[in-house]
Amino acid sequence: MEDGMSLVAGTCERVFRDCALPQAIALDPENGEWRGALWSALEETGLATAWVPEEAGGAGASVREGFEALRAAGRHAAAAPLADTLVAGLMLARAGLDVPAGKLAVAPVRSGDRIRLRADGILSGRAGRVPFGREAEHVAVIARADGGDGRGRGDGSDGGSGGGGGYRVALVERARCGLVEGSSLAGDPLDRLDFEGVAPLAVGGRPVSRDEARLFGAASRAALIAGALQAILDLSVDYSRERVAFERPIAKFQAVQQELARLAGEAAAANAAANSAAWALENHDAESDAVLVEVASVKVRAGEAAHAGALIAHQVHGAIGYSREHVLHRYTHRLWAWRDEYGDESEWALRLGEHFARLGADGMWPALTGI
Amino acid sequence: MAQAIQFDPIRLPPEADRLREEVREFLRGEIAAGAFDPHDPAGDAFNREFSRRVGARGWIGMTWPKRYGGQERSYLERYVVNEELLLARAPTRAHFTGDRQSGPVLLRYAPEHIRLDVLPRICRGEVTFCIGMSEPDSGSDLFAAKTRAERDGDGWVVNGRKLWTSGAHHADYMIGLFRTSPPTNANRRHGLTQFLVPLRTTSGISTRPVVNAAGGHDFNEVLFEGARLPGDHVLGEVDGAWKQATSELAYERSGSERFLETIHALIELLRDLGPEPGVREAEGVGRLIAQLHTMRRMSISVAGMLAAGKEPVVEASIVKDLGTNWEQALPDRVRRLAAFVERSERLDAVLAHDTVIAPKLTIQGGTREILRGIIARGLGLR
Ligand SMILES: Cc1cc2nc3c(=O)[nH]c(=O)nc-3n(C[C@H](O)[C@H](O)[C@H](O)COP(=O)(O)OP(=O)(O)OC[C@H]3O[C@@H](n4cnc5c(N)ncnc54)[C@H](O)[C@@H]3O)c2cc1C
Repeated sequence: MEDGMSLVAGTCERVFRDCALPQAIALDPENGEWRGALWSALEETGLATAWVPEEAGGAGASVREGFEALRAAGRHAAAAPLADTLVAGLMLARAGLDVPAGKLAVAPVRSGDRIRLRADGILSGRAGRVPFGREAEHVAVIARADGGDGRGRGDGSDGGSGGGGGYRVALVERARCGLVEGSSLAGDPLDRLDFEGVAPLAVGGRPVSRDEARLFGAASRAALIAGALQAILDLSVDYSRERVAFERPIAKFQAVQQELARLAGEAAAANAAANSAAWALENHDAESDAVLVEVASVKVRAGEAAHAGALIAHQVHGAIGYSREHVLHRYTHRLWAWRDEYGDESEWALRLGEHFARLGADGMWPALTGI
Repeated sequence: MAQAIQFDPIRLPPEADRLREEVREFLRGEIAAGAFDPHDPAGDAFNREFSRRVGARGWIGMTWPKRYGGQERSYLERYVVNEELLLARAPTRAHFTGDRQSGPVLLRYAPEHIRLDVLPRICRGEVTFCIGMSEPDSGSDLFAAKTRAERDGDGWVVNGRKLWTSGAHHADYMIGLFRTSPPTNANRRHGLTQFLVPLRTTSGISTRPVVNAAGGHDFNEVLFEGARLPGDHVLGEVDGAWKQATSELAYERSGSERFLETIHALIELLRDLGPEPGVREAEGVGRLIAQLHTMRRMSISVAGMLAAGKEPVVEASIVKDLGTNWEQALPDRVRRLAAFVERSERLDAVLAHDTVIAPKLTIQGGTREILRGIIARGLGLR
């Protein structure tokens, strides 16, 4: 267990170690038995409902603890919808809905996908590239409510898109949605869910911001990335001390040392930014500028680190790291996949850049130091 | 497995926010009074009177004990003062080295009567320090230093040459690293000693300017020809300077001066882009700000860990490595983002300045390669 790791994160670390050790999975890729065992353990330990308050039947962990657990999951190249289930549970609970047991998904994940909640209470629209969509039993759908149904107004909580009926969280049975299967770079499910004509099981009474799920979703990917980068740093350091070439451990070659130092820097940047974003999401309103800057920054920076870090780790490992039997790709492929989920670096950078352009040259520094 | 690298999520405390407002108010007053030009990339950074006024505010040596003129304030408060002075391009050269580097060395290693004499004067902004480590044949490899200090009665006599000594032409004191014994076979780092060198009152010391590639005069050559130092000017252990790398180094490596040196290029770019930039420009600016913000968080984290009594040496080296590479790359990245917009004269001037000073940023105070070596050691690779 890492120094100062919370109980929640420690539990997560243990569950993944016991049920889904990446090395073991890499050696036996056709055997998927671990999946069921992992998910049961995540449910039994309460990790799957970490962000659902105790009153609502969840584990009631803090925002920070949830992100720490996700970092631990990242350290084990989590191939399970833990992050999605956490974010969905949080959104459902915040909307005042009961949170069902089982795996959950969030929709939409891409910023361009729009889902409408019609005045007759029926959904329309679809969401592409939903992680683990087919495995989810339920989906927390963030839908724009058509105006005039008396259930909600644009009250400024609609993420600034103005007007209409605001955004609502709708709880949907996944089996009722259309499904087009796809997969991520790492081979994890990445599916299209179709909500056309689907009636939700329930709709939250309170309007929510369209952004909240995106912010938590993006920060959850950053936490996974941060954990995975820490893991590939450790793997690479260990490997460099074992692998002998030219009669010495490759760790003794300065070129290798310098690259590993760079990997350490990238891992550190992702971890520091992920810590900071988690802190912001715990202590500030999701609508605040502080949260926007923290989350956008970490999604950009962790995404950049994911790319640079993955390539260094592969370089240090040589050919063995490029084999399917070796564990490295379980991390690096997910690093590349996670950086695309909930907005890639460019999407968040554009948003951040536009935000700071509006603040102007003389507003930039006060804004950065004021959060 | 290597020791985990840790960056606690530290936020500045409320007293730091209040202090920031005080510093900004002070700087507005200074600018209004014409003490310096916040838009001049190449303004004279040495201004004794300004440093005295900063000292009068209690903003030099502010973490040091009151007995030595300090304020016993936190590293995080110092952090705020430092970054605001940098952002405003305030002329801090007269006190910066003493505040950041030399004062802490004296605090730890100077005899009490010297601490009582010198430290309060640093705090008042009255004395300027320089660092005499590098020599013609000793840069990254400090342990190759040849400038000798030999015992002579109660004191020492120094002969040799220091090079690249920033600010020596303004300085009242140097903290010098001299050879007092030959290295041993068992330890090539053995035999160097740190000294406090009063530059104004010691004869046998001369300073010659070395103009830098950007055309400026910052660093110097300092010649020692039989310069006599009193015995009590030894700092720490004779022959044992190699043991004296401490957490102050962590501070030295990780402050905001390690990524803010070229920040005005980004600020002026934002000015030229206006409130509605194109997609290419906005995306580029967003990336830079994400990187900047992350580094600032890392740097504050190190300051906070120092304040909590930890010694985040590897973390500090990482901040400097990321920071100096970033600030070095920044002028060119701004140049590319400004390629299709009308550039103001101000941005032109900043880029002209920052482009040519950029090479030094990954050399001064320990090169990129040396820093990465320190990080690699922290990872257990060497
Ligand atoms: C603007 C500026 C201000 C300075 N101010 C001061 C000052 O006030 N006081 C002072 O004492 N010094 C000062 N210096 C000197 C500075 O500390 C040295 O330049 C620095 O330590 C590098 O030493 P060097 O220039 O001799 O380069 P070298 O040590 O000769 O290095 C040349 C190149 O070789 C690389 N190299 C060297 N050793 C290794 C190694 N083991 N592994 C891998 N690569 C290696 C270096 O990284 C570098 O790229 C200043 C320098 C600059 C540029």
